[in-house]
Amino acid sequence: MSTGYGRRRGGMAGYVRRARALCALLLFALLVNAARIQVVLARGYDDNPANRRNSIARYSLPRGDILVGGVPVTGSRDSREQLRYERTYPQGPLYAPVTGFASQLYGTTFLEHAEDGVLAGTDPMLAPFPLWNDTRRTQNPGGNVVTTLNRYAQEAAYRGLGSRKGAVAAIEPATGRILALVSTPSYDPAELSGNGAAVTSAWARLNGDPEKPMLNRAVRQTYPPGSTFKVVTAAAALDAGVVTDLDAPTDSPDPFRLPGTTTRLTNEGDGCADASLRAAFEWSCNTVFAKLGVDVGAADMTATAQAFGFNDTRLRIPFTAAPSTFDTSVDRAQLALSSIGQYNTRATPLQMAMVAAAVADGGLAHPPYLVERTVRRTGETVGTGGAGPVRQVMSPSTAVRMKELMVDVVREGTGTNAAIRGATVGGKTGTAQHGIGNAGVPYAWFVSWAQADGDLEPKVAVAVVVEDAAADRADISGGGDAAPIARAVMRAALGF
Amino acid sequence: MTKAGTTLAATATPTSAVRLPRRRGIELALIVLAVLLCVYGYCAVGLAKTGTVPPGAAGYGAGLGVLALVAHLAVRVRAPYADPLPLPIGVLLNGLGLVLIYRLDLQTPGDRAAPAQLVWSTLGVGLFILVVLMLRDHRVLQRYAYVCVAAALALLLLPILFPAVNGARIWIRLAGFSIQPSEFAKVLLAVFFAAYLAANRNALAYAGRRVWFMQFPTGRVLGPIVTIWLVSVGVLILERDLGTSLLFFGLFVVMLYVATGRTGWIAVGLLLAVLGAVAAGRLEPHVHGRIEDWLHPFASIDAGQGPNQLAQSLFAFAAGGVLGTGLGLGHSILIGFAVKSDFILATAGEELGLAGLCAVFLLYGLLVERGYRAGLALRDPFGRLLAVGLASIVALQVFVIAGGVTGLIPLTGMAMPFLAQGGSSVVTNWAIVALLIRVSDSARRHYDGQVAP
Repeated sequence: MSTGYGRRRGGMAGYVRRARALCALLLFALLVNAARIQVVLARGYDDNPANRRNSIARYSLPRGDILVGGVPVTGSRDSREQLRYERTYPQGPLYAPVTGFASQLYGTTFLEHAEDGVLAGTDPMLAPFPLWNDTRRTQNPGGNVVTTLNRYAQEAAYRGLGSRKGAVAAIEPATGRILALVSTPSYDPAELSGNGAAVTSAWARLNGDPEKPMLNRAVRQTYPPGSTFKVVTAAAALDAGVVTDLDAPTDSPDPFRLPGTTTRLTNEGDGCADASLRAAFEWSCNTVFAKLGVDVGAADMTATAQAFGFNDTRLRIPFTAAPSTFDTSVDRAQLALSSIGQYNTRATPLQMAMVAAAVADGGLAHPPYLVERTVRRTGETVGTGGAGPVRQVMSPSTAVRMKELMVDVVREGTGTNAAIRGATVGGKTGTAQHGIGNAGVPYAWFVSWAQADGDLEPKVAVAVVVEDAAADRADISGGGDAAPIARAVMRAALGF
Repeated sequence: MTKAGTTLAATATPTSAVRLPRRRGIELALIVLAVLLCVYGYCAVGLAKTGTVPPGAAGYGAGLGVLALVAHLAVRVRAPYADPLPLPIGVLLNGLGLVLIYRLDLQTPGDRAAPAQLVWSTLGVGLFILVVLMLRDHRVLQRYAYVCVAAALALLLLPILFPAVNGARIWIRLAGFSIQPSEFAKVLLAVFFAAYLAANRNALAYAGRRVWFMQFPTGRVLGPIVTIWLVSVGVLILERDLGTSLLFFGLFVVMLYVATGRTGWIAVGLLLAVLGAVAAGRLEPHVHGRIEDWLHPFASIDAGQGPNQLAQSLFAFAAGGVLGTGLGLGHSILIGFAVKSDFILATAGEELGLAGLCAVFLLYGLLVERGYRAGLALRDPFGRLLAVGLASIVALQVFVIAGGVTGLIPLTGMAMPFLAQGGSSVVTNWAIVALLIRVSDSARRHYDGQVAP
């Protein structure tokens, strides 16, 4: 080629071609890098918590609702901001222990957290057809969560606790459906929904509050169960054959010397020496149950307690519950104390409701659950709750005799405040001492179940705990403070 | 439009010029397609944001169409042999830029940039028409080489008299408009480089010492490159404009190489660039921060300060994926400051996806390639160097800013040609396209059958 300008290899034209090749190389680098960012690394960038797009998409549609008795207890409000829809709670404090909050700043808790995929619309099950989400860009509208709650029972429990500090858990014995879950003092989760300065200050205020309004005492707080734990000990004693006759003397001294120590255990009242199981249960004799626990032995006591649900760290209702504990490595003195609900024995109100429910349902323990089913906006069911395995806690004959003992407590023992006309009610009081040297204000407990006269089986089991630092110590008692609340909840659950 | 011309060209000996097809019909068809695409994008934004076709759609389409048509007529009259591609590419990119800016305006009601951009686009097309009509032969420019360089230096120094904007002294504000003189300086410098190198290339190509396999230039002719390097460094230090500095220097090295073919120049150029970059990275906290951001785009997130602009830009590209969210449906507004100018490409990447982004890159690539093609076909060294220089400006500028916002190289503030908000940039790019039209017309008019233009 002779252009007249070049000196070698095509001259200037050759250099132009090389410069052009350099530009092509730059273009190629841009294309490869674009593919790297938009395809290879895209997933990681999309999921970066600092990337606001997920939040924008999440709040771009109204969140699904949580339903109680067919009526939504949540709602959504169009804020017209970047994060568009905010959660509302028409009856915030009443259902806060169930719904939790759904905050644009602080995430979600409880049902809002456990069912977030359905409520936010990200659950692949919400797609009307398989592979729908893969082909469409738009988000599915959030689905609804239908709860097992009975709004009358919930309201009765909330009203019953009133301004006192405490919690109520009620479940349906035959199924494990949770009918009421209340914790007081409560709070309004709507305060945390948005993302403004008011939310930040509400968060600081709620977290700094010494009354801990955001603590769900019904499932996340364990208490020493005190005398209500005697239901477990009695069932273990009957199942293990340590007691065969409810009315036979138990050969137990009063006071009872804890094995291997010089500590003497006493009772509040008289008449517990050598009492029968029926009398001891009715009048809540510590000495008798401490001795029975030791007689049953650590292995059988542990087995029974765990069958009721103690030491279960995997319980989901569908959010996690704090595990109730029964210490498995104890000496005989510790076992004696553990058997009357002291030492390291601790239980959530939900756990004690499960204890009452197992007795009421003939010795069967159904895992408790809050979500009946999850549905699309259009109504089709996408998931159902409560398929957990059923455990045989005690023999059916033991359950029959336990019911007899609990009915006696309400009929003529410490729990007469829980009696309901037109229904059979079984219960057990507890007044749990706690604190160093038992210096703390005691917790008032009541666990019970109720069966309406026309029904074939008990329809409700309930546990109530009242921890009221404001009350006079002498006035705190399971029968006095907790039993009337349990009665109101049971009446509501029975439809009275 | 006969095929005979090209067949003949392949076989015949190039003694007499062969008439090439003019291809103005193709240009017109492509312009119509480009305008329709832009109107479609404009409607898509409206449908996505408000559910209705925006009321101005017809007016917008008509305005863009009339502008493009007048430009096309000017080309028909005064540059009938011009390459049919640069004008439609300019129309499409400018129209797409207007759509993207309009789309971002919807989310910043207090700061509307699209109307001003439309005015500047009109001015740009006006300048295009002016250049095509007035400049009958590009070689005329050779006479004004030293006028050009004086004007370019004056334009570069002018912003120093004005207050800094966002840490950079590259704007001058007049009557509510901000003008970036360095944009105009680019074209003037390309003209000067082309003229200077065309005149002195034999002296510059004189080989000095040979080291290993490279011929290094003698010290005597090193003067010009050192001068340009100093100007670039001066721009960087006085105006804190890393992008422009990089562009000037890269442009000069490419043109010097094309003029002389000496790899030694490239070596010297790279060495000086590395020295300059290292020194700037060490001494300038502004530049140092950009390099840190490039190496660790998510450092501010880890430090709990939230994502910086580059991280937001990367998030936007990632959110687009392969097919994009669709116009109007992305959230590139999260980038915040400069989302309509330096980071406009992130909106394209998020809403048009990798597919759309590649299309945009390929449009630029095509524009650059047509410039180089004209350069190859031209016979005079000045025209050849001018075409190469203008094409290289586009190529380097696209690479520097697109590479910056996608994390390929450290981010330097610069306008994406035609797409980004910025009047000076749009006007300058139309001038570049006009000059490319002019040189390609010259190349194809005097086609000698050797290199297919």
